[in-house]
Amino acid sequence: MRERILAAYDPFVLPFVFGMTFVLGYCLIALVKVLVQLTPADRRKFALSLITPTTIVKNIRDLFCDCLLHVKLWKRNPVLGYMHSSIAFGWFMIILIGHIETVLYIPERLHKLYYPIFFRYFMEEQNETLQGSFFFFLMDFFLLIILSGITIAIIKRFRSKIVGMRRTTKLTLTDRIGLYSLWAIFPLRWIAEGFTAGVAGGSFMTVPINWLLHNFMSKPENITVAWWLYSLALGTFMTVLPFTRYMHIPAEMLLIPMRNAGLPVRHTRKGFALTMLYSCPSCGVCIDACPMGVQKKNVKDATVYLVRNLKRRNNRRTLENAEKCLMCGKCAALCQVQMDACGLRLAYRTTHEQRSNHLPADFGYLAAVEPDVSAAGKTGVTAAAEAGAGSSGTSVGAQKVLYYAGCMSSLTPVISRSVQKVLTSAGVDYELMDKDGSICCGRPLMLAGHQEEARQLIEANRRLIEASGARILLVSCAICYRIFKEKYDLSGITVMHYTEYFNQLLKEGRLHVSNGHQTLVYHDPCDLGRGCGIYDAPREALRTVGQLVPALKERKESICCGGSVGSLTLRYEDREPITRGAIDNLTANNPEQIITACPLCLKTFGRFSPVLVKDFAEVLAEHLTPAQPTQA
Amino acid sequence: MIDFGYGLTPSATLKIENVDNPLFAELHRREPDVSKCIACGSCAASCSAGVFTQMNLRKVILSLQRGREKETLPMLQHCMLCGKCLLVCPRGINTRHLILSIGKVYKLEDK
Repeated sequence: MRERILAAYDPFVLPFVFGMTFVLGYCLIALVKVLVQLTPADRRKFALSLITPTTIVKNIRDLFCDCLLHVKLWKRNPVLGYMHSSIAFGWFMIILIGHIETVLYIPERLHKLYYPIFFRYFMEEQNETLQGSFFFFLMDFFLLIILSGITIAIIKRFRSKIVGMRRTTKLTLTDRIGLYSLWAIFPLRWIAEGFTAGVAGGSFMTVPINWLLHNFMSKPENITVAWWLYSLALGTFMTVLPFTRYMHIPAEMLLIPMRNAGLPVRHTRKGFALTMLYSCPSCGVCIDACPMGVQKKNVKDATVYLVRNLKRRNNRRTLENAEKCLMCGKCAALCQVQMDACGLRLAYRTTHEQRSNHLPADFGYLAAVEPDVSAAGKTGVTAAAEAGAGSSGTSVGAQKVLYYAGCMSSLTPVISRSVQKVLTSAGVDYELMDKDGSICCGRPLMLAGHQEEARQLIEANRRLIEASGARILLVSCAICYRIFKEKYDLSGITVMHYTEYFNQLLKEGRLHVSNGHQTLVYHDPCDLGRGCGIYDAPREALRTVGQLVPALKERKESICCGGSVGSLTLRYEDREPITRGAIDNLTANNPEQIITACPLCLKTFGRFSPVLVKDFAEVLAEHLTPAQPTQA
Repeated sequence: MIDFGYGLTPSATLKIENVDNPLFAELHRREPDVSKCIACGSCAASCSAGVFTQMNLRKVILSLQRGREKETLPMLQHCMLCGKCLLVCPRGINTRHLILSIGKVYKLEDK
């Protein structure tokens, strides 16, 4: 290899140098801004994580798998996965190989920002060495990969259904400029390198195009034009990058270490949240994911538009969007950059409520609520059992249980009745926490943005739970379960959802059930599945009483029932289509019964479902066999 | 006026001129469901806070319609927003949003 242009400079590099300098400067300022906006504790936490070996390994792995290879997207949609990773990884490799070549052949030019990018223009292959041809091949190989990715991207833009997306994001003007310049970069690079392939060398992509267009490409005056166009496309892309969705490329590099450091969303537009907003690639996966999307008018309430409105400081639309969301978390579960969409909305609601609410809450009455001691006698708690609680080793069935049915369950008494029937059948020593009316768990208040008020309810409930002397807090409501898990600090008490608990009882042989051979479909409640990651326990238990059939979309992709207390403004009429959509999804394989594990889903589905809807405990209680003598 | 020890007590008097219609209109703009209420009392019957306190959404709505927003504060401040009223309402009123909207329209804390 030797230098073809001895000056190592040509004016055509200027657009690229300008764009690159601009984007680097912009990112540097943004980085400082984000770091300044972090709270001192968060900053320390972040700094510490950057020197922790396990986090370093995780950061590198995530950067490689998420930013370059798009592993998550591959798993979900291989065509889209190929499209994104071919462009990201291919481009990364081209830049990397450019730098390797510079380091190998002409290290003294490495300080020139543009040199590795326009390496082919400045350098040429000598006949006596074959070393270069390896890199020529690699460069052309990755160029081919990128061009195939760009082809899919172009198809996707005009016919998104071909690549498996029903709806794609509506782009802004700057997004379009960024998109078209991105599309232009690689074909232009191919042509530009095709010109120099004749004089400086090339491989299977660049040499044939040089032959094919020989008359055109052999004219020296055309060479500079082609390289100028390539540099202009690069420069345009870099210059508009900070104002387009492509800002996710640098932002994600910061987001991943911040996320791995475990920073929380404290504000809707500052610090970690700001990084998160700019990491959104506007891919539009959240648009198809959103259960509200069954109505066209709600399409613009998908997370991608929330992010856009937050970035634009469009407070009116952001508020509408934040308050309307069901907080089912599906968009966040499917998001490629793990956007904490619910966290952002919750932070927005909280700030808004703090500012505009003039209704002071008074939960002083909760202090007077006494633990329900009368229940003890009725449910067979003995002093001996209380003394023995905790010493029974690993068996959950032998430990004293406090059952919290929750507010919603009082509207669906079948749940509470069935749970008690199952507990009695298993001979479990239990107490009822809210027989005479419950104190709400606090999650509805929290979701409405009233954090301080929610904390008061949490304290009141915690007092009752700790006074009970139970070792297990049994919860039959997915909404309550999530806040008990996340926000209650109950030392020495295990919080269990009844699906987990009953499945454990079945495994321990304390419950005896018969299989009714009915076809059942299980609905994953949002707060239980995506919220707490419980997918298998209910399914395992249901297999013992019936034949489980799959829903079209389940587990992480399960569709919200539409009754969620997460949405503040969604009206009754607008919830119905969501519920119907969810029912259609569940009944795709013609099950005889829909089984859910949340009183709210039970109530909501019950309204519109043509198929019998039952609660998890109800179906279990129905199949209990009398073989086991009851304790009570 | 001579106090004869009987007659209308002040608390039972509805003074229509005191009804702050612009405020109620604003509430109606934010949550149009407020006019759907048929005062059936399902919300009050199912209320979690109602077990322990005087919270009664039916009364709250009636009081607001009659311009007696002061009377609503002792009730509303106990609401835990649990959403049971939302599920039982035969008119499908978005009760939680109604309560949140009352807190924004009426400056109850100042009175």
